[in-house]
Amino acid sequence: MKKFIALTLSLILALTLLVGCGQGNESQDLEEAEENVVEKEEESNETSGERIILATTTSTQDSGLLDYLLPVFEEKYGITVDVVAVGTGKALEMGRNGEADILLVHAKASEEEFVAEGHGLERRDVMYNDFVLVGPAEDSLALKENYPNNILGALAAISENQATFVSRGDDSGTHKKELSIWEEAGIEPAGDWYLEAGAGMGDVLKMADEMQGYTLTDRATYLNMRDVLELEIVVEGDENLFNQYGIIPVNPEKNDQINAEGAQKLFEWFLSDEAQNLIGEYGVEEFGQPLFTPNAK
Amino acid sequence: MVIFIDYIAQGFKEAINLLISFDKEIYEIIFLSLFVSTSATIIASLIFIPLGIHLGIKDFRGKRVLSRILYTLMSTPSVVVGLLVAILLSRRGPFGYLDLMYTPKAMIIAQTLLVSPLILGLTYSLSKNRGKEIQKIGITLGASKLDIIILVTRELKIDLIVNIVTAFSRAISEVGAVMIVGGNIKNKTRVITTAISMMNSMGEYPMAIALGLVLLIISFGINSLIYSYSGED
Repeated sequence: MKKFIALTLSLILALTLLVGCGQGNESQDLEEAEENVVEKEEESNETSGERIILATTTSTQDSGLLDYLLPVFEEKYGITVDVVAVGTGKALEMGRNGEADILLVHAKASEEEFVAEGHGLERRDVMYNDFVLVGPAEDSLALKENYPNNILGALAAISENQATFVSRGDDSGTHKKELSIWEEAGIEPAGDWYLEAGAGMGDVLKMADEMQGYTLTDRATYLNMRDVLELEIVVEGDENLFNQYGIIPVNPEKNDQINAEGAQKLFEWFLSDEAQNLIGEYGVEEFGQPLFTPNAK
Repeated sequence: MVIFIDYIAQGFKEAINLLISFDKEIYEIIFLSLFVSTSATIIASLIFIPLGIHLGIKDFRGKRVLSRILYTLMSTPSVVVGLLVAILLSRRGPFGYLDLMYTPKAMIIAQTLLVSPLILGLTYSLSKNRGKEIQKIGITLGASKLDIIILVTRELKIDLIVNIVTAFSRAISEVGAVMIVGGNIKNKTRVITTAISMMNSMGEYPMAIALGLVLLIISFGINSLIYSYSGED
């Protein structure tokens, strides 16, 4: 038995060392989290054209928008875009550390601060989408009848009745948005009914569905997952629920691995009529409504 | 590289601060991690150590096939176990009526399933290699089947404890299963590993490293305890 354990352990150790060394040599200076992406980049640089790393929010990825848009760009310019979908907080952090070439995020105040601090070149509006409050089909609080487009009233009713509410709780753009709306409503959400999941939008929707609770979600992710959920839109169209996306090329002075040229091309393309029209059409065919409204100026 | 060292240094500082500040949330996270993984290890051990010993000393057809299946199952990825348990426990699943999804109980179930093959496999191979002789002595002394299992357990105590610790280490360090069935809900189902994963996606590296260090300290403590007990250096 001891031999068996020893053998297994030394095998695992040997493997770990092998793998560890392999990664270490290629990109010692980078953090583990981004190593995979970067390595992928390095590998394909040998075989095909350029790559850029786009750090963005889980919402743009989960909604399927990027899978729809980026191939058009890639085809046109021969540049491959590696998407790292994380929360807005992490995306900005990646920009600060120079681990991404360009950011597409939605937390205007933090974004402007990011550019003001010299981490990004400039910030431009790209598009907006809106959030909706979703809840169980039964809607026992009758929010749909009483507050069809009044998010503040609906949240007040939820907290008064201590109905289950699942929050992202992950410092993402959506989480920040949710907190700002609670603040606007003058409520400090806390208690057994208010669950902070610390997870992505898809997971939180599944959780709310499972617990028959309410949650605030971007419309795109909800529509994409509608078929597997029993949740329904309860509140929509309130001005407080609009959500602006901005695009920021990362300051290339951070390190020499940043692909500034490619990032600039993607930046300009997102603001071009071609991309703006594509954004406006996305989702119409499948859901009967656009998921994002383009508003680049 | 500078950034990296910075994070580690900051992580150490934060880890110490965390531990001495007696922050309630952090200790709840640590306690839940220990509770879930310990429960899972105990449940799996109670069921599968006796079974493993029994299978190890018994001769039957297909023993080789069993070994291979067991060793394969031992390396089941935790996300796969999580996925399976989530499907079983979700509201539309067969056990949905139990309302267990996103609770610590679901996490215990998932981790029990995760470490069971490990406990069974390790015990089985231990008893297959060393149980036979003990069994022979037992038989000459006129022991019953149950007596033999108890006798083998007693004789191989130290090796079994090492196996249990191995299983516990696998349980407390996995993130895939508890993330899926627990959901990482603050103050409810958040454990060390899911918290680390979340901190990373929030870009809070020092805090993530701090929790990682806490995890290592726990493992170190448990291993020291076990090895000093078993008399090895």
